[in-house]
Amino acid sequence: MVLKHHIYNYIAGISLSLVCLGAFGQENAPPAPDLGQLHGNFEITAQYYNEDSLIGAPDFPERVGANAFLNLIYVKGNFESGVRFESYEPVLQGYPTNFEGSGVGLRYARYRKDELDITAGHFYEQFGSGLILRTYEERALGVDNAIDGIRVKYKPFRGVYLTGLMGKQRFRFENRVQNGDGRVRGFDAELNINELIPSLAESRTQMTVGGSFVSKFQADRDPLLVLPENVSSYGGRFSLTRGKFSFLGEYAYKINDPSADNNFIFKDGQAVFVSGSYSKKGLGITLAAKTIDNMSFRSDRSETVNNLTINYLPALTRQHTYNLAATLYPYATQPTGEVGYQADLIYKIPKKTYFGGRYGTTVSINYSGVNSLDTTQIPENNVSDSLKTLQGYTTNFFSLGSQTFFKDFNIEVTRKLSKKTKITASYVNFVFNNDVVKLSPNKGTFFTDIAILDVTYKIRPKHTLRVEAQHLWINSVPTKVDSTNLNVLSEGELGETISAERDNGDWAAAIVEYTFSPHWIVSVIDQYNYNNNNKDLRIHYVTGSVVYVNKGTRIMLSYGRQRAGVFCVGGVCRNVPASNGLTLSLTSSF
Amino acid sequence: MKKNLFTFIGLFAMVAILFGFDSDSKRKIPAATVKTLDLKTFDTSTISNDGKPIVISFWATWCSPCKKELNAIAEVYEDWQDETGVKVVAISIDDARNMNKVRPYVDGQGWEYDVYLDPNADFKRAMNVNNVPHTFLVDGNGHIVWQHNSYSPGDEEELYELVKKLSEGKDI
Repeated sequence: MVLKHHIYNYIAGISLSLVCLGAFGQENAPPAPDLGQLHGNFEITAQYYNEDSLIGAPDFPERVGANAFLNLIYVKGNFESGVRFESYEPVLQGYPTNFEGSGVGLRYARYRKDELDITAGHFYEQFGSGLILRTYEERALGVDNAIDGIRVKYKPFRGVYLTGLMGKQRFRFENRVQNGDGRVRGFDAELNINELIPSLAESRTQMTVGGSFVSKFQADRDPLLVLPENVSSYGGRFSLTRGKFSFLGEYAYKINDPSADNNFIFKDGQAVFVSGSYSKKGLGITLAAKTIDNMSFRSDRSETVNNLTINYLPALTRQHTYNLAATLYPYATQPTGEVGYQADLIYKIPKKTYFGGRYGTTVSINYSGVNSLDTTQIPENNVSDSLKTLQGYTTNFFSLGSQTFFKDFNIEVTRKLSKKTKITASYVNFVFNNDVVKLSPNKGTFFTDIAILDVTYKIRPKHTLRVEAQHLWINSVPTKVDSTNLNVLSEGELGETISAERDNGDWAAAIVEYTFSPHWIVSVIDQYNYNNNNKDLRIHYVTGSVVYVNKGTRIMLSYGRQRAGVFCVGGVCRNVPASNGLTLSLTSSF
Repeated sequence: MKKNLFTFIGLFAMVAILFGFDSDSKRKIPAATVKTLDLKTFDTSTISNDGKPIVISFWATWCSPCKKELNAIAEVYEDWQDETGVKVVAISIDDARNMNKVRPYVDGQGWEYDVYLDPNADFKRAMNVNNVPHTFLVDGNGHIVWQHNSYSPGDEEELYELVKKLSEGKDI
């Protein structure tokens, strides 16, 4: 069966391709029937690994790892079909390990006509902001939770958008895609009030409301617990914009869903997200808040990390772009419970003013904080009421707990000094509770200050030199731990105080980048952990790279040391191990 | 294993052939559902500019080179529009984490572009974008005629040369 399945995919892909090649062949012939169009993209990342015991890069007997993807989409009239070939021969180090071999990783057929849109096979979908459902692909991280099944979208009336779906989620890859165990069913309705009511079409106030329902089914094979096999969740959302103001609110609820994430408690889950913004030319302000309580939602209750997630709970914190700020201490949402808030301001000081200078100056200020949820544990020895014990804890849903998980204050100023020179100066301050986020093996809360200076100098037209200098200072506070099991204790509990560890100490980093538009980018980056507590680890992580770009094709060759750390794209992160070697990457769209 | 190997050799060959035909296969802007900044549903196949060229640029608030590119174009956008009638369409691929910051950023920078939100990458996939920034050029007939991945300062000058050619009715 497995083999048969594979061959069908293969034949489907090839025949689509041939149909299209036929179409190209007809190009100069007299008017031929429209045979549709084929397009797609290709990506390969291959790395040659050196052993580097100093940074902890192990010997890799196969020497070379490579991940490759080829997407083909065929479109003819209302019909569309797509297939993705994937190859992990073998998978790159640090990528999730459940990828092996080569074969078909995605295939679908889609038909769209008038108000109807039907997809059979794999698809990506998002309800609202994704609080209860988002399937997506983040290839760089190995995240792909596409649903394999059927999706129908229908517009019964103007301003009314309906979506229904069912299927299983993509889980792993072993010469072909393999789905997870659980089934996902969902329905979403979105109403655009201004389209629905013609007299409001031109109104300054634009409104949408939406509601969704998602349920998963997974058989209960637990010998002890009676687990809910059907777990349902629902959510509602509302958005309003009027002139310079906009507002967005979303609420989601999930029934009890004991899982590895929540330690098999039978408590229900909730989430709220609200965001408001005001903006006009030269000024933008955003305020947002989010509360999450026990909202981890997967189609397999025993799975962890980024596997088989149904919903999407990104951190409500700034997504940094400069190296040290982005990769050393990134915060990840704690789906079991947190309260977060964020304020963001961007202001463009007009040009030819005292503060704005000749060309104007852009100032961005951002503040975010994440705290624990205010919860009360239900004592485990409550024998008289075991059902209550299984609830785990009680909570005041909207109230902020006393424990700080993360704080980030950052300010960035960008200014063009002359026709040739532009600078960006930035300061970032983190409070990072490693006892909760558990990014590093060291205990405690880390306090970091990061300073960044980025200077771009235009040597002559199309030739640009860019230099970045960054520095990270770190301090930490002592943590109180239980001397027997080293678990971190909260205030008031008796235990042993262990001395503050400054994690890996201070870092300095520099980047020099030379670009020759439109084809070449040459850069060298050095990250120097000069102040590591362990003197042997005070090392330089240097990588040099050359990039060649031609239209939709980009080729990169880089060589050097990559430090172990967290690699994030969008709102999701994964750990990457240290490595040393030569990397070739090629991406192309056609 | 052998079969997989053949599959891939075959596919690579096909890709090579496709590259050969690349410039001839004129494709229209595909249909995908995105959102306007006031969260109205919008069909990308309806993007048009009265027979004048269109630049479609994929970006994100967390992508420095993307913002550099669109800020560089913003400085000269008025001239570009006066001379060629070109329209820039900026597609933000920010997801739920940053989507609510897109409009304040766009207004804060004073961009005059048509900006759409593609939070689950539906349009990005339909356009076969691997990573951002990725910029497309669409001619007056709505055909995608050129594309460029990544951004280096000065790239906008090459782009504008091509826009001018298109607006003069020349092929590129």
